[in-house]
Amino acid sequence: MSFYDLYSQYRDIDTAFGPITRRDPEKALSAKSPGIKDFLALLSLPAETYLEEMAVKSHKLTLQYFGKTIQLYTPLYLSNYCDNRCVYCGFNADNKIERKRLTPKEVESEAKVIAATGLQHILVLTGESRTQSPLSYIKECVDVLKNYFSSISVEIYALTDREYAELVLAGADGLTIYQEAYDKEVYKAMHPSGPKNDYRFRLDAPARGAGSGMRNVNIGALLGLDDWRKEVFWLGLHAKYLQDKFPDVEVGASLPRLRPHAGHFTIPHKVSDRAMVQTIAALRIFLPRLGISISTREEAGFRENLISIGITRMSAGSSTYVGGHTIPKHNTDTLPQFEISDTRDVSGIMGMLERKGYQPVLKDWLRI
Amino acid sequence: MEDILRIGGREIKNRLFIGTGKFSSYNVMKLALEASNAEIVTVALRRVDEASKTENILDYIPKRCILAANTSGARNADEAVRIARLAKAAGCGNWVKIEVIQDNKYLLPDNLETVKATETLAKEGFIVLPYMSPDLSMARRLVDAGAAAVMPLGSPIGSNRGFKTRELVEILISEIKIPVIVDAGLGAPSSACECMEAGCAAVLVNTAIAIAEDPVVMAKAFSDAVKAGRMAYVSGIPRSEKNARASSPLTGFLRNE
Repeated sequence: MSFYDLYSQYRDIDTAFGPITRRDPEKALSAKSPGIKDFLALLSLPAETYLEEMAVKSHKLTLQYFGKTIQLYTPLYLSNYCDNRCVYCGFNADNKIERKRLTPKEVESEAKVIAATGLQHILVLTGESRTQSPLSYIKECVDVLKNYFSSISVEIYALTDREYAELVLAGADGLTIYQEAYDKEVYKAMHPSGPKNDYRFRLDAPARGAGSGMRNVNIGALLGLDDWRKEVFWLGLHAKYLQDKFPDVEVGASLPRLRPHAGHFTIPHKVSDRAMVQTIAALRIFLPRLGISISTREEAGFRENLISIGITRMSAGSSTYVGGHTIPKHNTDTLPQFEISDTRDVSGIMGMLERKGYQPVLKDWLRI
Repeated sequence: MEDILRIGGREIKNRLFIGTGKFSSYNVMKLALEASNAEIVTVALRRVDEASKTENILDYIPKRCILAANTSGARNADEAVRIARLAKAAGCGNWVKIEVIQDNKYLLPDNLETVKATETLAKEGFIVLPYMSPDLSMARRLVDAGAAAVMPLGSPIGSNRGFKTRELVEILISEIKIPVIVDAGLGAPSSACECMEAGCAAVLVNTAIAIAEDPVVMAKAFSDAVKAGRMAYVSGIPRSEKNARASSPLTGFLRNE
């Protein structure tokens, strides 16, 4: 069964939320191993009454399964050439921005700067252009990065099984790919043209990566494009599907939230801080071993508060433009993919974690 | 007579082994290791960063401790063997705790692959401590493969559910001639004590110490519980009875002749 079959089964989500009463989240909170119905109940409007109880349970589970640790990583943008027209994205093909692709030598310079902070987990990103940043180019970059980092994840356009296997062979161990919007109609509206318009090809990409040897697979919904309750429900369902089908893969979820200052794009469904907390707690209670990441899109203070709720990974010292770790911002015309709120460097984030009683984990992987 | 545990040619007095994951800082971990007086400490090689720009976990492990690298992240025998060899090359010595896990949901081990890895590594001179699901035939295979001890789980890793596998582990204790060490799932000192009373040679604890409000005091509590359990076992625990009973209801009529 593909995830699409499962999604289709739960597509009529509004009807499913309908009959939920306050009794349901109460039951979900005391369930020994909460199931799909419990997850739905925890995401519902009536569950808002139990937000504190949910947070307490989520905190305990996170502590039990992940301990007092937070893993750190940073993004490295390789290229911003893009053939897509995602309506919310700074790299949109129609945007008249300076396009740039790092040479392997420039990638190495960025790697040196990042590695000097102590980080051993890197996430490499590109826009979607098979002509400007083909797989061969990405493999070449991975080959350079192998000398500096123990874990390399890629966040690039959706690939075929065989291409994912090639990347694994080249030295990548992690795949990050967000569906952005699980609702098919919303997806089509947000991704009107370019290869990313193919909903199914993207939806099945995490499973293709997991089946091709990726050890960490990280999925996500871009919160704000659609009703968050529905999107988070499908996201959780997707994570569970991947955990069940690929028990040897570490599955994670990211919760990128569109922020009000994201340029000209008007956010269709604003997501509140309370909703973010409910999302994290519901995901944690439903899937105790799920890795949960929060990026520097979120403000410093809010990120700090989420640590105790249930997140397990944070980006640090981020830059979201190509060459951002070596070229000062005032010396470039390239625009960031999105604006960063938490601008602290790696040691700043590490210090904050230590003050909160958490161990910043810079290395938790081994290339063998 | 001193009660000594012998593994890999070493004499071990403290039967509490400690894992080093999940602590809030290396410093707290170090204080917990010191407070417990643990002699055997496991470290996931995936967490070791020799060239660290900040801190290296190995610098926080007291010098008197025997270090056993664990193969966390390995999904099969081949990967476990490679990680063990890397650990040795990285200066972690030749003690290795084999963890072969293909199931990230429950973190239950793959016994078959564990036996294969044990065989290869024991031949290469490693002191092999395999983490396993308690199964007698697999434990026998591990003995034949050259394991220095067997490490059955008490309950799933990190679950804090206690000594749920007691019936099966007791079979290992009575049949297996190498040390049986319960590893994983012990959430409270009382569970560790229970394992020792049942005759385990040692226990390994990580989560319950690391995530305690005061890990240093909790480490000491586990150490004391393990000592108490061991002393009780060595001194012979009277069998418990469900009901009070007369001393000889059936044979009381017999007179000394």
